[in-house]
Amino acid sequence: MRRALWVLAVLLSHWRRHPMQFATLLIGLIAATALWSGVQALNQQARTSYDRAAAAFGGARTAMLVANDGGAFPQSLFVDLRRGGWPVSPVVEGRVQIGGRSVRLLGIEPVTLPAEASSSAELSKTGAQAFLSPPGLALIAPETLADLGLKAGTAPVLNDGATLPPLAVQPQLAPGVLVVDIGMAQKLLAMPDQVSRLLIGKAKGPQASLQSVTGDRLRQVQPDAETDLERLTDSFHLNLTAFGLLSFFVGLFIVNSAIGLGFEQRLPMLRTLRACGVSARQLNAVLIVELVSIALLAGIIGLVCGYFIAASLLPNVAASLRGLYGAQIPGQLTLKPEWWLAGLAISVIGALLAATSSLLKAVRLPLLASAQPYAWQQAQQRWLTLQGIAAALVFIAAGLVLWLGDSLIAGFVVLAALLLGAALALPVILGIVLAAGERSTRRPLLTWFWADSRLQLSGLSLALMALLLALAVNVGVGTMVESFSRTFTGWLDGRLASEIYLNAASETQATEIKAWLGTRPDVQAVLPGARTDVQFKTMPIELLGFADHATYRDQWPLLETTRDAWDRVRSGDGALVSEQLSRRMNVKIGDHVDIPTPTGTWPLQVVAIYADYGNPRGQFGVNVDALVKYFPDIARTRMGVRAAPAAVPALLDAIRARFGLDGRNLADQTTVKTESLAIFNRTFAVTAALNAFTLGVAGVALLTSLLTLSNSRLPQLAPLWAIGLTRRRLAVVELMKTLSVALITALLALPLGLLVAWCLIAIVNVKAFGWRLPFHVFPMQLVQLLGVAMLASLLAALLPILRLLRMQPAELVKVFANER
Amino acid sequence: MLTVRHLTKSYRSAQEQVAVLRGVDLDIDAGESVALTGESGSGKSTLLHLIAGLDDVDGGEIRLDDTVVTGLPDAARAALRRDRLGLVFQQFNLIPSLTVGDNLAFQARVAGKHDATWQRELTERLGLGALLKRYPEQLSGGQQQRVAIGRALASKPLLLLADEPTGNLDEDTADEVLRLARDLVASTGCGFLMVTHSQRLAAMLDRHVHLRAGLIA
Repeated sequence: MRRALWVLAVLLSHWRRHPMQFATLLIGLIAATALWSGVQALNQQARTSYDRAAAAFGGARTAMLVANDGGAFPQSLFVDLRRGGWPVSPVVEGRVQIGGRSVRLLGIEPVTLPAEASSSAELSKTGAQAFLSPPGLALIAPETLADLGLKAGTAPVLNDGATLPPLAVQPQLAPGVLVVDIGMAQKLLAMPDQVSRLLIGKAKGPQASLQSVTGDRLRQVQPDAETDLERLTDSFHLNLTAFGLLSFFVGLFIVNSAIGLGFEQRLPMLRTLRACGVSARQLNAVLIVELVSIALLAGIIGLVCGYFIAASLLPNVAASLRGLYGAQIPGQLTLKPEWWLAGLAISVIGALLAATSSLLKAVRLPLLASAQPYAWQQAQQRWLTLQGIAAALVFIAAGLVLWLGDSLIAGFVVLAALLLGAALALPVILGIVLAAGERSTRRPLLTWFWADSRLQLSGLSLALMALLLALAVNVGVGTMVESFSRTFTGWLDGRLASEIYLNAASETQATEIKAWLGTRPDVQAVLPGARTDVQFKTMPIELLGFADHATYRDQWPLLETTRDAWDRVRSGDGALVSEQLSRRMNVKIGDHVDIPTPTGTWPLQVVAIYADYGNPRGQFGVNVDALVKYFPDIARTRMGVRAAPAAVPALLDAIRARFGLDGRNLADQTTVKTESLAIFNRTFAVTAALNAFTLGVAGVALLTSLLTLSNSRLPQLAPLWAIGLTRRRLAVVELMKTLSVALITALLALPLGLLVAWCLIAIVNVKAFGWRLPFHVFPMQLVQLLGVAMLASLLAALLPILRLLRMQPAELVKVFANER
Repeated sequence: MLTVRHLTKSYRSAQEQVAVLRGVDLDIDAGESVALTGESGSGKSTLLHLIAGLDDVDGGEIRLDDTVVTGLPDAARAALRRDRLGLVFQQFNLIPSLTVGDNLAFQARVAGKHDATWQRELTERLGLGALLKRYPEQLSGGQQQRVAIGRALASKPLLLLADEPTGNLDEDTADEVLRLARDLVASTGCGFLMVTHSQRLAAMLDRHVHLRAGLIA
């Protein structure tokens, strides 16, 4: 043990003498761990929230009985089922308004609540007695309490004047939910003797068949391993994970570079250790212990950084998930112990992965080979051919997956293969370009410039690969976001054609409003609308009803259409289908679909496909009158109002004053567009932040590679200095060499980035969200990124160049002296 | 102490199998210093490496005291080098990241035989007292080789093996370094086998053997 510690001390002494190299290694590992763990923390936080929502008093984690038509049903069925031996517990659900905020209200019956509904245990702690006895309790998650600006123990007043029981905080509860006794909930929601669903506990004895007790009024829903929310948000989390992985690998490039160089510099030391009697097994074991220790140290720092990255990104992620999917994610980060352990494990695995080739070399280290300090760089040259072949194979694999694959994972595989192939091909391409440069000149200094750039290539190639990947992903994601932004703005103009949108409190009020609007000279048209949820084949979808009006005919964002589409919609037998539903259910123009309705099946023919960005649910667009005919109970309270833009503020004021509508049920086009664009921007704020981190890490990779290389550059530079080149001129030449290879890399990154953008738009987005965007190229954005890349390269090259400029002649003389 | 019998070793070159050692016999007693000379490629360094267990023999036997070196597994050969041998190379092979003091003590510490008194005496006799805090790159060639000799002798080995230890040094420095090595070897009573090209230096040791065409002449 003591012997091993001495060997470890010797190995570690190398890093003490080369602090910059050690810093490089740490920075790489910290960056890789931080970015990966940060993204994992965000994903974990979101998934925990989904689980809380799913587990809370009969979410998707509990088996349940629901009405066949999806609505509420009489409480008497609960009694009948209990008598029939069914261990069911009733739940009533609806929404209430507190201080203008909409909150989900759940009414439960604690006595019969099955133990499987996880929060019931918490309820017993809180005290079922207090929950049931007047005035009762309203259970609330701490986040919701904070959001509503309320305090535990207070009894909030609802917007309709009713009072809730005193609030009791229950940490296990999902955010955005209030839980009260079922009797209280039925009163607050005006659902006397009505039940939304029945939770099913574990059966202890024989039970009557469901059919015999309830007829065909109820159906059983099995618990889901994965909730709808999880399914919907999977693609979002997959995108985040992909970014985390990319950053992780860019970080590992730095680690690999630092470990490779450190290992080569320590080769003579390792041979000396072996000559002094350290066995190969012990040496290799100590090398691994050293690496794991460094990885653990970097892992801890990386986790702390990852925590802060996640904490800073969480508000945007939460806003994106809320905006896109309606998922409630608390704004405060809480992490499980598994996250810390996984972070340390990923740091160690990453370090071992990056050090594999060096460790293998150590295992096979020949004792008698003479020390070759830069054999690593020479060996890299031999690998170029193999790398070129590997790149070609990876590109072929990408082509095959593109051709044969048809899933989101396949999309990411194509992307990963494209990036990996390009990274592998980069040194080969750079080698060819630099060799061509060398052949094209006869001037001695220029010849040396090209030749020496090639020599440096092997040491710089990993950092250049990292730069290529970071730039390509930046170009790809930037192009996608910009394409999306442009398309989204145009789409919003089409979808939000009415100047005012309102939702009346009742049908009576809706009729009054319509009549009143009809008398206003500033109103050009009133466009009634309605929507309802139905089950289409296996999927819950939405039916959107709109009036037959030029507003829709002229502006609705149709992607594909038949000539008489709007006439068919008006007649009630034609439907428009949203792009995501069309792709998901393979519904095309001309297809016939049958929609189940309370009045029977509604046969429709698909006559057009329209863009419906940002909506996770599939949608059919139909004529509003036909919709009302098939769904007689549908609320006819929604309408759009066309008016001259200048008249909108006065009209809004008048509606508010006359009908008491507020921000929740009255909105103008400008406000809705602003809010939609805000959601859009927040969605991509996370992507932009991760993009910037990745580019930053690539910049650090370039800097550290140049710094470590600069230590070994003296033997190449000293002869030139000796024959009369000033240090200043040498520094300029060195700078030009770095900028040249960086420029070639950046220029290669541009077409690669556009290819990445195409993959994101044509494959990943289609699979993840169900829509495809038009592909645009934005030249100014490319020029900007090129500028950023060159600036990053200039900054990275500056420090080693300044060192060279300030180098004392004695340092250069040492190259020619025996003392060195 | 060291007995080498019928030692053979050959290498495969691009075209043919080259026999480097064709049946070498050699004996070195405790306290004896032996110079091994020979033309380039005569197998001097190969013989030294085989004795140190750095390479595998083709045939024959090497015995150090009661231990048969030939046939030992890697870990046992490493232990032998660590505990009973001292090695000095032409390229010094110091650990660049350790100070002179730590380099001197390194092998003795790894062998668990660190003796502070002996270490101080070595430091003094090698004239390294003022250089203990320096790093190898801050030393001249002669100083580095003195550190290498000190490191090899710090664990009081049975046998010191030196492969052209003065090859990188000027004549005066080479003489000085060898005198130091010879004196220290004499005071520890260990055996000393030195490979050299120099007949002059070879003459400074107790015995001189010449290797020609893979055999001791």
